[in-house]
Amino acid sequence: MNFDYNEEQQLLADSVRRYLAKSYDFEARKKIVAGEGWSAAAWQQFVEMGLTGLPVGAEHGGFGGGAVDLMGVMEAFGDALVVEPYVPVVLAARALERGGKNGALLAAVVEGRAKLAFAHTEKGARYALDAVQTRAKKNVLSGEKKAVIGAPLAEYFMVSARGDDGIALYLVPRAATEVKPQRTIDERLAGDVVLREASAEPIGGGPALLEETLDFATALVCAEAVGAMQFACDTTLEYLKTRKQFGVPIGTFQALQHRIVDMVISLEQARSMACLAASKADGERDTRARARAISAAKIKIADAARHISQESVQLHGGMGMSEELKVSHSFRRLTVLAREYGDADHHLARYAAL
Amino acid sequence: MDLNYSPEELAFRDEVRSWLRANLPAELREKVERYEHLSKDELLRWHRILAKKGWVAPAWPREWGGTGWNVVERYIFEEELGYAGSPPLMPFGLSMCGPVLLRFGSEAQKKRFLPRIYNGDDFWCQGYSEPGSGSDLASLKMSAVRLGEHYVVNGQKIWTTLAHYADWIFCLVRTDSSTGKRQEGISFLLVDMRTSGITVRPLILMDGAHEVNEVFFDDVKVPAENLVYEEGKGWTVAKYLLGYERMNTGRIGESKRQLASLKRYGEHLMGDARWRDRLSRLEVELMALEITNLRFLDRMRRTGEPPGADVSMLKIKGTEIQQGLTELMMDAADPVASDPLAVAIRKRYLSMRKTTIYAGSNEIQRNIISKMTLGL
Repeated sequence: MNFDYNEEQQLLADSVRRYLAKSYDFEARKKIVAGEGWSAAAWQQFVEMGLTGLPVGAEHGGFGGGAVDLMGVMEAFGDALVVEPYVPVVLAARALERGGKNGALLAAVVEGRAKLAFAHTEKGARYALDAVQTRAKKNVLSGEKKAVIGAPLAEYFMVSARGDDGIALYLVPRAATEVKPQRTIDERLAGDVVLREASAEPIGGGPALLEETLDFATALVCAEAVGAMQFACDTTLEYLKTRKQFGVPIGTFQALQHRIVDMVISLEQARSMACLAASKADGERDTRARARAISAAKIKIADAARHISQESVQLHGGMGMSEELKVSHSFRRLTVLAREYGDADHHLARYAAL
Repeated sequence: MDLNYSPEELAFRDEVRSWLRANLPAELREKVERYEHLSKDELLRWHRILAKKGWVAPAWPREWGGTGWNVVERYIFEEELGYAGSPPLMPFGLSMCGPVLLRFGSEAQKKRFLPRIYNGDDFWCQGYSEPGSGSDLASLKMSAVRLGEHYVVNGQKIWTTLAHYADWIFCLVRTDSSTGKRQEGISFLLVDMRTSGITVRPLILMDGAHEVNEVFFDDVKVPAENLVYEEGKGWTVAKYLLGYERMNTGRIGESKRQLASLKRYGEHLMGDARWRDRLSRLEVELMALEITNLRFLDRMRRTGEPPGADVSMLKIKGTEIQQGLTELMMDAADPVASDPLAVAIRKRYLSMRKTTIYAGSNEIQRNIISKMTLGL
């Protein structure tokens, strides 16, 4: 039993935090969001710190890390509300590697020369794993994927499609698709991806690889949410200590004290479940036990994200609504993270069915 | 990061588990599982079985019968007791008066009381709350006036759990009402329940059970040698107890057992999505609390620092989960059933409302976290 990061994990998380504090503070982030919606310089820095290769094997220039190795990084990203599509890129890269395909592309992703996106969700499918209408006929894909995070930046898409043998993953070059760009409510670049008889490379692995990939992603967003929730709690506590009304700091009022205490309790409970999700994503061989633990974690993270984000805005009063304060941005990120890769209802149903 | 127990810790858990399987009397376990009240003799029977094994006060120093287990082993042991369905060990002697005497008591007091607490010869109760002093404990009024070699005690205690079983009561009393800070006039006094002038009156709670009492003190003469620590330093003693390392504050093992029986008892409802969602959310909360508890233990083991306000968090979540389980259990029962188990389950729902009130209400626990952890 040991809940610490090992030395390497801690060093990496610290260096990511240092970089973000220096070059990706709230003001810098505002400029990125007001501009192109992502920072090539920041991405290059992530590449140089080895983040794009973290969950990729050494033969492709990566480090062969797991979800626990990524936890500290994801917490730091959640704290800084990073908008670059890190999770989809490493997720697709990892699936590519597990499918045993296209080593050259994988190396390019690790080295920052290419970006991938993970195109799974379709209209009306909500969070269902198997609600895939996109058809694959002899490796030619037709269909439409919705709100694909990072789509405008991706050179290749990892696409789930239904072939004669069931659902599987395919690699599709961007040139074979049409991308309709959009921004999510938490200020990330996304896009609908239209596939009209697009030639694709089959990745293999079938639904098992898809499910395992989405579980891994869920573990990552759990850790990211913990980082954002930690920020929301910290900044709200700071506000309670400094904002004065009736001649005293509002943190002297018991009605508000108890509410921030409950936020902190939610955070601790959520952090525990994020630890569980990451360690099960890495170490649990029994796929049912893995899925159950990760769904349990996402239930807690979704509930806590909703609780903490809503209270953090409420306790800031009118300022909490303002675009000017970072807390309104962590609110948006937590609202999305609570739902990304399945909301609480989805994971409750999955948890109970397993 | 590794969320699992080490092989040594697993071996320890298995040793405790198999010992419990062999030594926990089935009739006691069954009574606990059926939510029946246990008599004084039944409580003491289990206490003495553990005392004989040498496991009744693991946290005490070895010279007084402690086991020398580390915090993780003590946690495992206590959770296994709850998980096995063992009768509760009354905390008033073992984890309240005992630790106070070990920390503040004179050698004579230790020699006189500790072995009897250990062996279950004396049954203790706690005299803290008064009618006007609940959460605001420092406002307590029960007076103890020093006259020669005695204190003369007058006043009333309330909510005194199992005072009707008790041989002894430890009390917070006011020895000086003239001090500027009201905490300063309080002392910690041990009182023999057989002393004349003590009257115990039952307070029947809404489940119909006689568990707590009012205790009246009318010119009760207490030998001055029964004062613990210094006169006027009782608040220091009381505060020490609040921070005392209680590993099982979250009652994880007990709740895991309740969850397992709830799943059996409510099996007929598993086809109902609304029921499954309620059950799953509670199960997830319990899972999270167990990991949170282990995280705190891991930190304590590494830093050697006392748990502080972490205990308050465990108390809040642990009791909320216990109440949630009890409520689901009641909802799983056929609403018109009148068999003894269904009746006991309903009464337990009534009774368990106490958990968020006793031992420092959950609102007081939030005050503690707000002050100690958050600095508000």
